[in-house]
Amino acid sequence: MIRSRGRRAGGNGGVASRRGGRAGSALRVVTFVGLVSVVLLGVGLAGCAPKHETLVIRGSDTMVNLSAAWAEAFMKANRSVDVSVQGGGSSTGFKALIEGTADLANASRPIKDSEAKAIRDKGKEPVAHVVAYDAVTIIVNPSNTVQHLDMTQLAAILTGQVTNWKDVGGPDRAITVYSRESSSGTYAFVKEHVMGNKDYSASARLMPSTESILQAVAQDQTGIGYIGLGYLTSAVKAIAIAEKPGGTPILPSAEAVGNRTYPVARPLFIYSAGQPSAVAKKFIDFCLSKEGQRITGEMGFVPVPGR
Amino acid sequence: MTRLSPRRHVPVWGRQGRAGEERGAEWVLGFLASLSLVALGLIFVFLLREALPFFNLYAVGAFLTGREWQPVSTNPRFGLVPLATGSLLVTVGAAVIAVPVGVGVALFLSEVAPRRLREMLKPGLELLAAIPSVVYGFFGLVVLSRWLQAAFGLNSGLNALNGSILLAVMSLPTIVTLSEDALRAVPDTYRAASLAMGASRLETIFHVTLPAARSGIVAAVMLGLGRVIGETMAVLMVTGNAAQVSFSWLDSVRTMTATVAAEMAECPWGSTHYHALFAVGAVLFAVTFLINAAADALLRKGVR
Repeated sequence: MIRSRGRRAGGNGGVASRRGGRAGSALRVVTFVGLVSVVLLGVGLAGCAPKHETLVIRGSDTMVNLSAAWAEAFMKANRSVDVSVQGGGSSTGFKALIEGTADLANASRPIKDSEAKAIRDKGKEPVAHVVAYDAVTIIVNPSNTVQHLDMTQLAAILTGQVTNWKDVGGPDRAITVYSRESSSGTYAFVKEHVMGNKDYSASARLMPSTESILQAVAQDQTGIGYIGLGYLTSAVKAIAIAEKPGGTPILPSAEAVGNRTYPVARPLFIYSAGQPSAVAKKFIDFCLSKEGQRITGEMGFVPVPGR
Repeated sequence: MTRLSPRRHVPVWGRQGRAGEERGAEWVLGFLASLSLVALGLIFVFLLREALPFFNLYAVGAFLTGREWQPVSTNPRFGLVPLATGSLLVTVGAAVIAVPVGVGVALFLSEVAPRRLREMLKPGLELLAAIPSVVYGFFGLVVLSRWLQAAFGLNSGLNALNGSILLAVMSLPTIVTLSEDALRAVPDTYRAASLAMGASRLETIFHVTLPAARSGIVAAVMLGLGRVIGETMAVLMVTGNAAQVSFSWLDSVRTMTATVAAEMAECPWGSTHYHALFAVGAVLFAVTFLINAAADALLRKGVR
């Protein structure tokens, strides 16, 4: 098939050269015909090779490891698809979706009205797909004797109203708050979900990554910080959280998030602009498949119930 | 007539060609040089174009004197004071460390060290400039913060001092190289005259050579600090980025550069926050420009 296409291209070129007529330009015509055949042969070859599709996913830093694990397994099963996953934060993902530089956006928060409007302005409707749940784990230094906090205490600590551990049942020790940067979806989630949209304390340290929060809290006896459930290490201690003062404190775990008893939990989304393309839909279906949700659990996130 | 004849043998086209070539080369080089000026101008225009709308949305006074930086609050506040004091603290700290060390090293290299030692030390120092700032930042985050925590009995080693130390090291290559050039430009006759007058080597260094090279050294320091105030990645990683007004080097601070770097990706295009970050960038540009202009003026004075 390849050869026949190549020959046909050559034949067409021959006709063109006869029509061209001028003897002086014969050499040039021959060169041209040669080039055209090579190009067409190339096109023919490419057409016969397996189709290579690409899928660009950008967004939430919380989801970047999870998403990369999905992409890896997905590409193993679908060798003709190239999936590229980048972080940068939920807002970055929506920005890319609006600008059309990504096919899908990972988001650890629902889309904002302004972002949804920007997508509608391009004639498309943003579509949310819940692909997993995340629980924010509140961490302290292992030397801290505090075992549990309620949501009100947590909010008071993060806003800077409470500045000593003794006010929440701990040792007489100052509190140092470690937060993510304001570009992080987790920052926005904690602000909305825990702090009732009040501002973080001015003395809160804004760390550029989850790893640097872990590093800092592991080193700082006074530290408190928040990380995704999947990032908990033995260098820090997770705190049990009660929904209300006097309520039962619940440690973050997959079960506690799945049965909605752990209060600091949230859904994680993949957004598409309009209905996802065939390959994008295939990817989302894969994320929600048994295999995909097994990966979700392995990465420390919580699978979508009922799947 | 006879005097003119040899000239006839010089191929006229060759001479013209060479002149033309020269003019062409001059023109190309001039064009390339002006490109950088054009780029600078365009950056400045772009910066101003994006920064000025901020002042339609937010009061200039509140920006310049505000003590709170809460850009994604329900009631956003864009106060420059915590960011400016953060940058100031880190930069002054870096200067306090880098200037004595840098000038000392330059004095050693130019006045004391034997030639072979100098030829080994100088490339080593210049290699410091080749280390990416994210590597410095990682070192500060993981290693230096522990040392500071232990040395000062702190809760956290992520503070202005950490940033100052890293930036001091990063500015050393600039300060040392340029200071050494300034010192070596001092004519040997000065040293010889001083020694002949009975001054010791130490007296010669501090009372003759150093004062003679003063303006060059000041310029070197300012160029080094120009790098310091604009440095972003390392300070973003090690200063803790708490937007509080503080004058203690042991507190966490947030610099202007770190703010722009950390928040630019997230803020919606065209929002108040977006323009506020450009306003911060314009302030940074102005400060860096002033420092470089001052350094340049001093260098000129030195040349004269």
